[in-house]
Amino acid sequence: MSADIKNQSNHIDESHSHPEPMTYFKVAMALVLLTALEVLVFYFDWLGYGIIPVLAVLSIGKFAIVVMYYMHLKFDSKLFTYVFMAGLILAVVVILWLMALFGWFI
Amino acid sequence: MSDETTTGLNHRKLLMWVFLGSDCMFFASLIGTYLIYKGSGVAHPGPADVFDIPTTSVSTFVLLMSSMSMVFSYAYLVRDNIKAFRIWLLSTMIMGSTFIGFQIFEFSEFYFHDHLSPQTNLFGTTFYALTGTHGIHVTIGVIWLGIIFYSSLFRNTVTSKTNLDLDLAALYWHFVDIVWIVIFAVVYLFGTFTGFPAS
Amino acid sequence: MTTIPFKLPFNIKLYRPVKPTGVWDWLTTIDHKKIGVLYGVTAFIMFLTGGVEAMLIRTQLIAPELKIIAPEVYNQLFTMHATTMIFLGVMPLSAAFFNFIIPLQIGARDVAFPRLNAFSYWVFLAGALIMKASWFLGGSPNAGWFGYAPITGATFNPGTGIDFWIVGLQVLGVASLAASFNFIVTIINMRAPGMTLMRLPLFTWMTLLTAILLILAFPVITVALIELMLDRTFDFNFFNTKAGANPILWQHLFWIFGHPEVYILILPAMGIVSEILPTFSRKPIFGYPAMVLAASFIAFMGWLVWSHHMFTTGLGPIANSVFTLTTMLIAVPTGVKMFNWLGTMWGGDIDFKTPTLFAVGFLSMFLIGGISGVMHAFSASDYQQQDTYFIVAHIHYVLFGGAIFGIFAGIYYWFPKITGRMYDEKLGKLNFWIMFIAQNLTFFPMHFVGMQGMPRRIFTYDAEMGWAFWNAFETIAAYAVAFGVLIFVINMIKSWNGGKKAGDDPWDGRTLEWSIPSPPPLYNFRDIPIVKSVDDFWHTKQKSDTKVKSKTKVSDIHLPQPSYWPFLVAVGLTIAGFGIIYNLVLTGIGIGIMLITVCAWSFEPVNEPDSH
Repeated sequence: MSADIKNQSNHIDESHSHPEPMTYFKVAMALVLLTALEVLVFYFDWLGYGIIPVLAVLSIGKFAIVVMYYMHLKFDSKLFTYVFMAGLILAVVVILWLMALFGWFI
Repeated sequence: MSDETTTGLNHRKLLMWVFLGSDCMFFASLIGTYLIYKGSGVAHPGPADVFDIPTTSVSTFVLLMSSMSMVFSYAYLVRDNIKAFRIWLLSTMIMGSTFIGFQIFEFSEFYFHDHLSPQTNLFGTTFYALTGTHGIHVTIGVIWLGIIFYSSLFRNTVTSKTNLDLDLAALYWHFVDIVWIVIFAVVYLFGTFTGFPAS
Repeated sequence: MTTIPFKLPFNIKLYRPVKPTGVWDWLTTIDHKKIGVLYGVTAFIMFLTGGVEAMLIRTQLIAPELKIIAPEVYNQLFTMHATTMIFLGVMPLSAAFFNFIIPLQIGARDVAFPRLNAFSYWVFLAGALIMKASWFLGGSPNAGWFGYAPITGATFNPGTGIDFWIVGLQVLGVASLAASFNFIVTIINMRAPGMTLMRLPLFTWMTLLTAILLILAFPVITVALIELMLDRTFDFNFFNTKAGANPILWQHLFWIFGHPEVYILILPAMGIVSEILPTFSRKPIFGYPAMVLAASFIAFMGWLVWSHHMFTTGLGPIANSVFTLTTMLIAVPTGVKMFNWLGTMWGGDIDFKTPTLFAVGFLSMFLIGGISGVMHAFSASDYQQQDTYFIVAHIHYVLFGGAIFGIFAGIYYWFPKITGRMYDEKLGKLNFWIMFIAQNLTFFPMHFVGMQGMPRRIFTYDAEMGWAFWNAFETIAAYAVAFGVLIFVINMIKSWNGGKKAGDDPWDGRTLEWSIPSPPPLYNFRDIPIVKSVDDFWHTKQKSDTKVKSKTKVSDIHLPQPSYWPFLVAVGLTIAGFGIIYNLVLTGIGIGIMLITVCAWSFEPVNEPDSH
């Protein structure tokens, strides 16, 4: 087994599904819409602390569609998902715990 | 002589995903520092004094569109449409540079107009460190894309057969975009929201 | 070999090295085995310098109220001793084994990214030199290996010592990250056919878990160090109490890294012991799946215990209780491993060679360190123990009796494979017994003086405290430890070129590295093995004694080629690092060099093999 990366397969395996360019455009429109919503609710003072879950849902939604579609995670090997999610989940858990230690959420 | 890997996945692509998992911890530490210090120290200038949400919304929009542009660039490369690939790659670089331009504009407004420097207070320190680090990541991305663009234009070595190089750069680019999605929500929108009850 | 030039502007041509020799061979090598030797020798020399720092500390403490070492120097000594032993000793010694052994254990010809591998060594060397240079360039860091703010800030630490510490650690971090990314991809993606994850040798498993911990933990300390550097160099406010900052944030960020770091230090040694005990008991490891599960649990739980290093900082009873619970919990999987190691030896046909002695030494010493660890885990009792020699005792039992003994065990175990020769068994046993007895005499009494309240990191103590006897005792015993290490060095020098020829499989081993010649040929395996079980080599041996004829022509084997660029990128990084300490213009130059050399690295052509 050669460790020489230049000889490695340099092209993606076309056998698994690929989104059409139209899908990418739809994702872009969704990103615009979600961002617009985020900015819209920003001006709703009456939401109070309620803005936190709203912003969370909207930004997580944007995050997810970029990762799943643009970064192709939905269509690629699950190993990539596990690897990325491990880092992401650990990061979120540790930071939330650290914030709690500084008086957040309590 | 085979180039098979145990999982069938390319080494460098696996490396990039592992690296991005690691980079999550990096940005989480900076965002965590920002949030922990939020509200501490000298209050002014604070987020409400300096942030211009409409302007930042525009730069956010630009960065998001650069991800779309990036994805088109890759899709055209895979289909061997080198001309279209180059155009979309260039447009990604332009949008990325525009975003950096907005950042520089924003920083200089804050610095010269609002007298917010990293030394002023905790907000200045944590804000500039977090968004500055993100900006450096974007800059590295633009340079990386520029090198690929140069390779394509002057050495003609970028083809559908070598699309992995662009794939890796694209993954990095999108990651920088999703970090900004978090920063925009957590630092800008959450930071300036006036609806919180006085406590 | 047809050499393809790398074309630069103005028609300048750079050629990739072709079969370099001598110094150029070592400078441009991407062979994991050579890189392993480079790591091992460099790290061992660093280990010795850390030992000298320790001897100076112990000499100063041999009697009360001594002034052999000034307090300012003493602070630098304990800081550098710990920093050296952790980052320049244990970690790169483990890396030496990762490099040499992992591809052999998984049936691969090299790692996934050979040039990245070379790069990680040169950057490690750079980090080591930066760290050690501080002694000669204005003073070493003096605020402990954990560098708590605000004493590391510009106000209380205006010299360059802390800057060396920050830059040194960042550079070392780059080396560790590069290596870990490499090993994760290698272990996941370059295993021989049939080698599923649950057929991996345990040393490889521990390496995988260590690398995963590393790539997730180092970014946190990277951020903490960046924040500290920004404070020191540009007056940022991250740890500036006048601006409202909370220096405890440093402690949190540091220990979120620091606790996984200690598992990074110990898991490789546990892996080594998990190879040695089955081999020398002539029995498979007891409970292979439980060992994997326990190690994974340790790696996972390691993220949830960090504030047990901060019990005395006033976190409050809820936080203290939560972290007590999680810390108590993490002792459980280690206990499982202990029982499994004992179960491996139980009923085995045990051969007490030097590796076995060190491995059993590891078990007993790590157990003692673990027991004192459980005492610290309970926040209430930790109030008495924190910052006393009781903790110093714990640290040295787990890191010297644990990690270092495990590493020494590995050195003796794999010495025949690496050098092709046997070490001197008598000297080996002498080395073990002197080190084992002396290390207990040095560190066990620290439990006593610690309980009596002797504080850490203070350069002397009053005669009235009643600690004089044990301190003198510990110092003399420490000299005996040094003597033991000397025996080891003599053994290594004597045996490296002059030992008896070892043959492929001197221990009747179980794992794939023993199925190839000692030292291994450049291509490792003539035929890539096909693996059917754990300890596949052992089972193959039981089935037949006859060696299967190889079907592969050596000339058909394609290997990665040497390269200048890893070394040159490391040079750029070093210049950039010095720039942060002295003058940012240098940093700009360093970054410029890195940009050029990284591009050259990516565009480097592959030389064509000879067509015949």
